[in-house]
Amino acid sequence: MTIAQMDGREIHVDQEGFVTEYDDWDPDLADLLATNIGLELTRRHREVLEFLRQDYRQQGETPTLRRVTAVGGFPTRELFRLFPKKPAKKMSYVAGLPKPVGCV
Amino acid sequence: MNERRLVILGGGTAGTMVANRLHRELRDWTVVVVDRDDEHHYQPGYLFVPFGTYEPQDLVRSRRKFLDDAVEVVYAEVDRVDPEASMVHLQGGRELGYDQLIIATGTHPDPGETPGMLGSGWNDTVFDLYTLDGARRLADALESWTGGRLVVQVCEMPIKCPVAALEFAFLADAHLRRTGRRSATELVYVTPLDGAFTKPIASRELGTKLAERDIELEADFMVDVIDEDRRVIVSYDEREVPYDLLVTVPVNRGAAFVGRSGLGDELDHVRVDPATMQSTAAGNIFAIGDAANLPTSKAGSVAHFAVDVFVDNFLDHVAGRRMDREFDGHANCFIETGDGKAMMIDFNYHTQPLSGAYPLPGVGPFRLLEESRINHAGKLAFRWLYWHMLLPGRPLPLASEMSMRGKVPEEVNA
Repeated sequence: MTIAQMDGREIHVDQEGFVTEYDDWDPDLADLLATNIGLELTRRHREVLEFLRQDYRQQGETPTLRRVTAVGGFPTRELFRLFPKKPAKKMSYVAGLPKPVGCV
Repeated sequence: MNERRLVILGGGTAGTMVANRLHRELRDWTVVVVDRDDEHHYQPGYLFVPFGTYEPQDLVRSRRKFLDDAVEVVYAEVDRVDPEASMVHLQGGRELGYDQLIIATGTHPDPGETPGMLGSGWNDTVFDLYTLDGARRLADALESWTGGRLVVQVCEMPIKCPVAALEFAFLADAHLRRTGRRSATELVYVTPLDGAFTKPIASRELGTKLAERDIELEADFMVDVIDEDRRVIVSYDEREVPYDLLVTVPVNRGAAFVGRSGLGDELDHVRVDPATMQSTAAGNIFAIGDAANLPTSKAGSVAHFAVDVFVDNFLDHVAGRRMDREFDGHANCFIETGDGKAMMIDFNYHTQPLSGAYPLPGVGPFRLLEESRINHAGKLAFRWLYWHMLLPGRPLPLASEMSMRGKVPEEVNA
């Protein structure tokens, strides 16, 4: 676990840069994280992030792409448009949550 | 009557092991196994059917025969579980009350989940590798194959035996070379993962094996639809991969009753505590093997290691004591790479597959993340062990917890 300086604050992150402390995150940090991976957040992005944050708080784990579609109601195709190529990974990164468990 | 009843749903790998182990320990309990039929399949064998190594009859035995005589068997489909009433409702109206329930109904390919998969090309140019029927039909298709684009494709994780699709690609490469059809074949491996496998070191090693064999890797490909008329698979981000023969691993789902009973996740895998495998919804329900939503491989080896931990915990649990053992997600598997060789990987929730020797440090005989003939011999010998040691619940000399002994640590390896 390391500490990164972002937005003039100290943020706890893992080796890959995923935020490890739920409460380190706020919407401003999301903008910064999004910029890191070449995204500019729209209102729709924020709706997705809000679902992820809320679901994580209730379930204790980052929702899978399937769950974001099935429970959150965001069509998979749209998620691929909003977070190109790797939506599951990118969404969780910007939402300040652990990477979804890579089921092996 | 003070006899207590343990009901186990599913008489496959995990259900059979757990029934045989627990009925020996729980002398004053009735142990009942429910399954829809009496066919126990050796599922790791499906992989070899398309290449004629095994015939279907080599892989199927009676479930009853591998369950101890004292275990009661009920042949029925489960309609749903009522956790509040501790009652299993079977289709046809029969009810089965329980004191403790273990769900071991596995996971299965659901080709209906992907639009277009069950279209005009199903079982003609599109085949499923993870059912005996699919593997058998694929054997015929490979027999008459003259060349073109052979695409091996995984729809979505998790799937059971996650390395089998890769193994199929390796074996197909060797088989087609042997039979003089490799140069006429373009082999492509399509995966929703960002590489050949989930974890970095294994992904790199296996990615190298694909490249060495001239098997094209199409990563980050999440299938949206299969267009069987145009013979292309289309991803959610609108990439297309054409095929002449598609070997697909459909979305895997747990048993539908799990969802109907409110015990599952979006894919009907039972939500459990990853350390104890106790349902998060009810204290007297557990799930073991592929049926559970553990964040590790869905594989027989995992079920085997999990059962060791589970049995100790369960005995504590029914005696009213705290469950103090924790399953670490230990998994190991042989990965066939063709030409009579195989690799092996050994890992758990926290440690990715590393190189080294298994089970004895420095000695092996199995080599981790390296190809060898002895690994392949181990894979084939495992079928005997499965029927004669694993299912009856006889101890194998392998620790249930993963060990770092014999492994080369990441920093040295990376």
